[in-house]
Amino acid sequence: MIDWIVILQAGVATGTVLLFASIGEILAERSGVMNLGVEGMMLIGAMFAFKVTVGTGNPWLGLLIAMLAAGALSLLHAVVTISFQADQVVSGLATNFVGVGLSLVLGEGLSKAGTTALLPNWTVPGLSALPILGPIFFTNHSVLVYFGYLLTPVVWYYINRTRPGLHLRAVGEYPSAADALGISVYGLRYAYVFAGGLLAGLAGATISLAISPGWFSEMTTAGQGWIAIGLVIFAQWNPWRAMAGAYAFGALRRLILDLQGPTMLLWFPNPFRFQSPGFFLQMLPYALTIIILVIGSRAAMKKRMGAPAALGLPYVRGERGR
Amino acid sequence: MTTDNAAAKGFQFPNSLRLERRLGVPAWLPAATSIGAVIVALILGGIVILAAGGQPLKSYQFILKAAFGSVGVFNDTLVKATPLILVGLACALTFRMRLWNIGAEGQFYMGAWGASAVVLIPLLPATTPRPLMLLAMALAGFLCGALWGFIPGYLKAKLNVNEVVTTLMMNYIATSWVLFWVFGAWSEGGFQMSRMFPRTAWLPRLTDYAKQVPFFSGLTLHGGILIGLVAAAVIWFIVYRSKWGYEIRLIGDNPRAANYAGINIVRNTVLVMMLSGGLAGLAGMSEISGVVHRLQGAISPGYGFTGIIVAWLAKLNPVAVILVSILFGGLLLAGREIQPSGIPRMLQGIILFCVIASDVLLRYRIRLVRR
Repeated sequence: MIDWIVILQAGVATGTVLLFASIGEILAERSGVMNLGVEGMMLIGAMFAFKVTVGTGNPWLGLLIAMLAAGALSLLHAVVTISFQADQVVSGLATNFVGVGLSLVLGEGLSKAGTTALLPNWTVPGLSALPILGPIFFTNHSVLVYFGYLLTPVVWYYINRTRPGLHLRAVGEYPSAADALGISVYGLRYAYVFAGGLLAGLAGATISLAISPGWFSEMTTAGQGWIAIGLVIFAQWNPWRAMAGAYAFGALRRLILDLQGPTMLLWFPNPFRFQSPGFFLQMLPYALTIIILVIGSRAAMKKRMGAPAALGLPYVRGERGR
Repeated sequence: MTTDNAAAKGFQFPNSLRLERRLGVPAWLPAATSIGAVIVALILGGIVILAAGGQPLKSYQFILKAAFGSVGVFNDTLVKATPLILVGLACALTFRMRLWNIGAEGQFYMGAWGASAVVLIPLLPATTPRPLMLLAMALAGFLCGALWGFIPGYLKAKLNVNEVVTTLMMNYIATSWVLFWVFGAWSEGGFQMSRMFPRTAWLPRLTDYAKQVPFFSGLTLHGGILIGLVAAAVIWFIVYRSKWGYEIRLIGDNPRAANYAGINIVRNTVLVMMLSGGLAGLAGMSEISGVVHRLQGAISPGYGFTGIIVAWLAKLNPVAVILVSILFGGLLLAGREIQPSGIPRMLQGIILFCVIASDVLLRYRIRLVRR
């Protein structure tokens, strides 16, 4: 039968990938720059993390290089959208193409590299003994999962309760006013797009060094970068909501795997045991992303809450806003 | 910005670059920047190939020869260009309205599925006359693609749901949907493909007329290219010569003005997404009816995504889409044999980057200013 504790525990682990990617995207979008290249940046991260770790035996070095590589790719997007004022959607797609292509070029043959050193797993003494919460959140998780617990509140606090966070929001909501106050709109946008790239790289490294180790070319990420972008909209640019959504999606991925096993589902023979109907299960995360987008945009319309006002608009000093 | 000035005082370049907004764009400039962008992209790509341990000049020479070197390979290039023309038009149409249909890949798959359904369910018997069969397949492909465009279009128009994410998610759903049929009901003897279509469901190919024209023997160019050329003419007419096209361009350039002018943005969004999806669906129909002759999982090496680049490189001009499609058809064709396999994809990305970066030259002139 289906073990819910196991599913939720796996959900937290796999969800950490989405968590890092969405928090990175939240930072970039809060500054007014949408980066649709998350999927490509994650692949670059996953590839570099695995490649460097296979080469050096040091997963921490792999993690670092992965983040820097994805960050470098995000800077390409930053130059084109912030300095050249190109359309953010098209530039994001280009980032994606370059990320996917480059990771395939440099990752050639890497899928046969076999196993390598991975990031350590921890069980928190004391907390892991808690009923239900212990096994789900504090038992045998990768160190990166715990970093996710730390990152979410820190980023939330940073955005909503600190002065630099206020500047970040100002640049994303009303760049000309921020500029008039002496806040560097271009500088901050570059910085937060780069931060988003670093976190997307971290998300990719989380896959290849911890959650499902290895390099499986494009299937390493399998569209999770796009799901992360959907999650950001659903989360209404709030790290806490992104965390909840990420873990829920992680649990769903695990549930889909587990549903393909048993011969009976409740009182019925399980159709998903067979390969062909199993494809309906594989549609689920993508269909669900559309559904939560619909829910999210309805809620946003009702509460008149929504995207940062300047999201997607290039800022040109001295020009009237559009 | 006093700190900046203080820091800059230490050293100053004698000249500085300044961007000045252009008031008008010379007619030759868009084409020139596109070509320049591709050249820069090829140089950048060459540097990456070199860094990855490859030989850029040899790779490019190989691409040229393998794509345009003889009548035979040029025929294959045109075969690859056929679906690109249609998906390129699909993308160019929505992009003109600043509507981001990234789902041409999924619409392509749905079009292929719809066309297959006519043959495989079967909606029409295998003995149906060829023109009727092909017409039904094209219609089914168009409708299935249009449906796949309608869903994100409706969600965008009515609920303001981000169409970039929804169209992309629909891609994954479409491929799973096709696999469901290919692995299940339509599987031939447990293989991951349907049975071969009857001859009446094949688009005519040049080689079919080898008896009349011996030169055509072995040339696999099929009727899909005619669909593509006609579609390009139709889309050109719609966008540049019809009232509807005027509305589309106005919404793209200035949605607020369009709204004040009484143009129905909701209806136009849904219709344009459906027409775009239908065009991509036609591409799917043309590909399985003209090339693959059966439904299977791997029918597209990412045509839908390449279509995005084709549209952008063609500056959204339907006629230019045809030329760019032929170039990219060659890149896709040669790319199959090039190692490492990611090179064509990476080149596409770099080309797209260079093209959008070069757009800044259309909006601004760069002046060298003496301090």
